[in-house]
Amino acid sequence: MIELDNVAYSYGNDSLFSDVTLHLAPGSFHFLTGPSGSGKSTLLKLCYMELMPTDGIMSVFGKDVTTMARDDVARTRRRIGVVHQECQFLDHMPLAENLALPLTVSGRDEGAHVDNLDELMGWVGLSRRAEALPPQLSGGERQRAALARAVIMDPEVLIADEPTGNVDWEMSLRLLQLMVELNRMGKTIVIATHDLNLIRAAKSQVSVRVLRIAGGKLRLAGAEL
Amino acid sequence: MSWNVVSMLSGESGADRVVPPTGFTARLTMFTAAAMAFLAVFALALSLATDRLATRWSDALARTATVRISAPPEQVARQLEAALTVLRTTPGVAEARALEDDARRALLEPWFGPDLPLDDLQIPELIEVIETEEGFDAVGLRARLAGEAPGAVLDDHTRWRAPLVRAAERLRALGLISLGLISAATAAMITLATQAALAANSQVIQALRLIGALDSYIARAFVRRFTLRALTGALAGTLAGVAAVALLPRADSAGGFLTGLGFSGTGWVLPLIIPPAAALVAFAATRFAAFRQLRETP
Repeated sequence: MIELDNVAYSYGNDSLFSDVTLHLAPGSFHFLTGPSGSGKSTLLKLCYMELMPTDGIMSVFGKDVTTMARDDVARTRRRIGVVHQECQFLDHMPLAENLALPLTVSGRDEGAHVDNLDELMGWVGLSRRAEALPPQLSGGERQRAALARAVIMDPEVLIADEPTGNVDWEMSLRLLQLMVELNRMGKTIVIATHDLNLIRAAKSQVSVRVLRIAGGKLRLAGAEL
Repeated sequence: MSWNVVSMLSGESGADRVVPPTGFTARLTMFTAAAMAFLAVFALALSLATDRLATRWSDALARTATVRISAPPEQVARQLEAALTVLRTTPGVAEARALEDDARRALLEPWFGPDLPLDDLQIPELIEVIETEEGFDAVGLRARLAGEAPGAVLDDHTRWRAPLVRAAERLRALGLISLGLISAATAAMITLATQAALAANSQVIQALRLIGALDSYIARAFVRRFTLRALTGALAGTLAGVAAVALLPRADSAGGFLTGLGFSGTGWVLPLIIPPAAALVAFAATRFAAFRQLRETP
């Protein structure tokens, strides 16, 4: 699905990482750990093509990312759900419309998906907040809303960058539970996190692969996790 | 590009809803469009007025000529008759007639008053010449007159008409240049307003790109909004401009060029071109600015 072969990324002359090889298979569950500034977020941005590798070969759904046109990048992103620690919403639109936005921008009929939207809002526990504006949501509600928006297009891959960074442990477990459910539905999950307890909680439920990026290299994490 | 003006105007309204309402850029765009449309009405009126003026001057002086007989008193009558004979046998001359005393007095009346004693003054005889559609050969006619009536001087009005028509044409060109500059200034202002709106909404744009929005979708949101604002503003400015032109003093025979500034007949319909033209300029400017900025968004 997403394949990186000897990929490197540099900011100007400063190399962040190099020789990164990673193959995300369908239905796999990956955690990405590492110290701050090691390149976790950058690696995820490469996966959803917000950044392009400075070296190496990378393909997403079989297409070489370096030769993709901008419109192809946009269309490919519809197959990848993304959740950030600080998720951006359109503050002037109610939550329900924000969650349906991926359907709107892709030209799909929102009306036909209204049942899905209701179901999705129920799944993340936000049914009663449909008319709320994003600034009125709590941190936990925003993260669940971000997750709902990320999966409304039924993507094949879900990428989450520190999704539990701003929420308490109880909410972290709730979010993890939702992502485990998605993985059981066959979605590929990649989560960047500092939270080792979250990784342990996931390992107790599903088969996960933990990767650690540090010193400019990506390696399989040790057995301590 | 698969979308154009029509698809932009008829496209779904969902696209422009993604852009938060921004009061400042909205007011700036509408005010700019209104002010420019108001000025455009005057530039258009100037162009049309100078066009009418050039036509009027040209028509008034075209196809007429004058022959002046300046000769010693004892030769005047003979040379007048000789000149008339030459003129009546010249191809391209439809009519040639000597002006009577009353007509000559009327010509001089504005300068010397109604009681001018023509008998006491040596006023040259004048022949009014009216040309046919084809006109006459002025060089050949002058040569023949010089032979038959040496005191006859042909004035075909070219030296009067040419600078007047040239001046009117330059004024018309200035009017058209003003329209061009107004369009360019409108485009520049709307481009700046669009860039300000795009910069203020960079987070929104980034979020939209991340969920798979195409550049054309995002651009459409801005283009549609700015085009409609420009159309609305230009409509208001045009109506105000037309009202102002309509309230100008009416042209009369004693009036000069300024009282003739305005529209006449079907010319009143022409300002209606300004609002759609402003919308078209806004469309092109916003589209250019939006795509340029979007290319810098990952």
